[in-house]
Amino acid sequence: MSRLAGRVALVTGGLRGIGLSCVERLLDEGASVMIGDLADAEDVDLSAYGENVDYVRLDVADEDAWTNAVASIEARFGRLDILVSNAGIGTPCALREETLENWRKTIAVNLDGTFLGTKHCADLLAKSGRDWKGGASIVNISSMMGLIALPKGGPYNASKGGVRLFTKVAALEFAEDKMPIRVNSVHPGFVATELFAAFPDELKAFMTSSTPLGRVAQTEEIAAVVAFLASDDASFVTGSELVVDGGYTAK
Amino acid sequence: MGGVLEGTVALVTGAGGGIGSATVKAMMDAGAEVIATDLQAPAGGTLSLAHDVTDQAQWQQVADTIRDRWGRLDVLVNNAGTVKIASIEQTTIEDWRRMMAVNAEAILLGHQAMLPLLREAGKNREGGASIVNISSVSGLVGNAFAAAYGASKAAVRLFSKAAALEFAALGYNIRVNSVHPGGVETDMSELICQTFVDMGMAPDMAAARADSARLQPIGRTGKPSEIANAVVFLSSTAASFITGSEMAVDGGWTAG
Ligand SMILES: NC(=O)c1ccc[n+]([C@@H]2O[C@H](COP(=O)([O-])OP(=O)(O)OC[C@H]3O[C@@H](n4cnc5c(N)ncnc54)[C@H](O)[C@@H]3O)[C@@H](O)[C@H]2O)c1
Ligand SMILES: NC(=O)c1ccc[n+]([C@@H]2O[C@H](COP(=O)([O-])OP(=O)(O)OC[C@H]3O[C@@H](n4cnc5c(N)ncnc54)[C@H](O)[C@@H]3O)[C@@H](O)[C@H]2O)c1
Repeated sequence: MSRLAGRVALVTGGLRGIGLSCVERLLDEGASVMIGDLADAEDVDLSAYGENVDYVRLDVADEDAWTNAVASIEARFGRLDILVSNAGIGTPCALREETLENWRKTIAVNLDGTFLGTKHCADLLAKSGRDWKGGASIVNISSMMGLIALPKGGPYNASKGGVRLFTKVAALEFAEDKMPIRVNSVHPGFVATELFAAFPDELKAFMTSSTPLGRVAQTEEIAAVVAFLASDDASFVTGSELVVDGGYTAK
Repeated sequence: MGGVLEGTVALVTGAGGGIGSATVKAMMDAGAEVIATDLQAPAGGTLSLAHDVTDQAQWQQVADTIRDRWGRLDVLVNNAGTVKIASIEQTTIEDWRRMMAVNAEAILLGHQAMLPLLREAGKNREGGASIVNISSVSGLVGNAFAAAYGASKAAVRLFSKAAALEFAALGYNIRVNSVHPGGVETDMSELICQTFVDMGMAPDMAAARADSARLQPIGRTGKPSEIANAVVFLSSTAASFITGSEMAVDGGWTAG
């Protein structure tokens, strides 16, 4: 498939989990991909992924790192058509035990990171987006926990709810300013990442049995949705939220 | 190149209309065999049938025809729909019943008639069989002069979620989702514009169309193919973890 041929994507948190699957899927569909993640560049080996991929160290909560990342993308690829804001963190914790430090850290990565990415990539996205019928595309990875709460969701729930509405603000503003950038959020349910494999059996059983489809998602099933939103197939889709949760929030 | 719906047998109702015919085309381009039905047998499709979706017996005939030829159905797109824009005071009980019959009741009839064939397909299809019900932004937010239409389209939204949960609980491997288009350039949107002109709410068709385009923050109405592409996506394995979900394809209408 070459639905994304000629396009350049940035995937934050792209070294593993859902982000890595997004990288693989976008490459498969013909895009070039810049990965932004926390590892130092010399520790990252992308030789398995061919010529069309590169890496920049990017802490999404750090504004200077964004300036640097956008400059690197321009230097390496000369354009940016797709931003997948995927980097995210969260650990369950009871409200009364949650520290302000961890609250701020979670909000900083999940919510500041999404804002900073949109802010700093917007001009380059708008410029590149003029080349496509469906424009450029920002895909923000929220969560079903941006739609519904779970006990001990704390800052994670709050940040993901924030990502949902921030996405809609950005969609409306770019539309109003006639900037060809669509902005949408994706809301995964439980996903089988490396983290999931390490969960206690009891937690795994809860995640599986509380999902109507009776299983958790594979990371590829989230990546396929991201690729759709990134493509011209979604040319009339903006400010929208795609729920990919095996039916969890339909309850 | 193999399309994303290679090997898929799909039924699209209301396939003579704007979104329906675009969906038939997009699905066939993606490799599917498509049964296209409408009040009068429409152009296009692998097989074209006359089919009034409000008629239970006709649903059964369509199911029998599909069973004889394919033995299964991978994708059902409940797209047939009707609208009558009117104030609540001017809406007759006949108008209400007509919209409920075509837009809502037909969804129940369609699920019932096609369930055995969809279950059959679900046994083998990667990502499961898929039902896509075409609701509307009017099934998500209120629209003045569309109370009856909105009620019928809101019914589609929650019917879809209940069906998704029920089929998951029963182990049928059939995903069910709703699509919520914004304004799309079809006969239906022309009819809506004409009604607004007739009601004196727009001076002429050009003004009514401009009003309609402005409902989308991106400043234009959608093309039928843009809705069709969303339907293809939900019908494909790319959407294998999506069920009970609602997809707004509305140029930002419901974001604000
Ligand atoms: N796994 C799930 O069940 C699930 C469900 C819903 C949503 N999500 C969301 O999907 C996204 C990806 O999650 P995952 O499960 O693949 O996680 P993961 O922990 O496997 O991977 C996250 C990646 O982000 C990187 N990262 C963390 N902080 C960063 C920062 N400040 N700057 C740049 N990169 C950073 C990590 O190094 C890692 O490579 C997250 O936003 C998460 O909230 C995950
Ligand atoms: N056009 C829009 O702006 C818009 C917006 C949101 C939702 N929708 C929905 O999209 C769907 C398709 O609409 P469209 O815009 O293509 O309109 P359209 O009028 O072009 O097509 C609708 C088709 O449904 C058929 N139909 C009506 N009653 C039927 C019946 N009883 N049995 C079988 N077929 C019947 C019609 O003959 C027609 O071909 C409808 O459900 C509509 O409510 C349309």
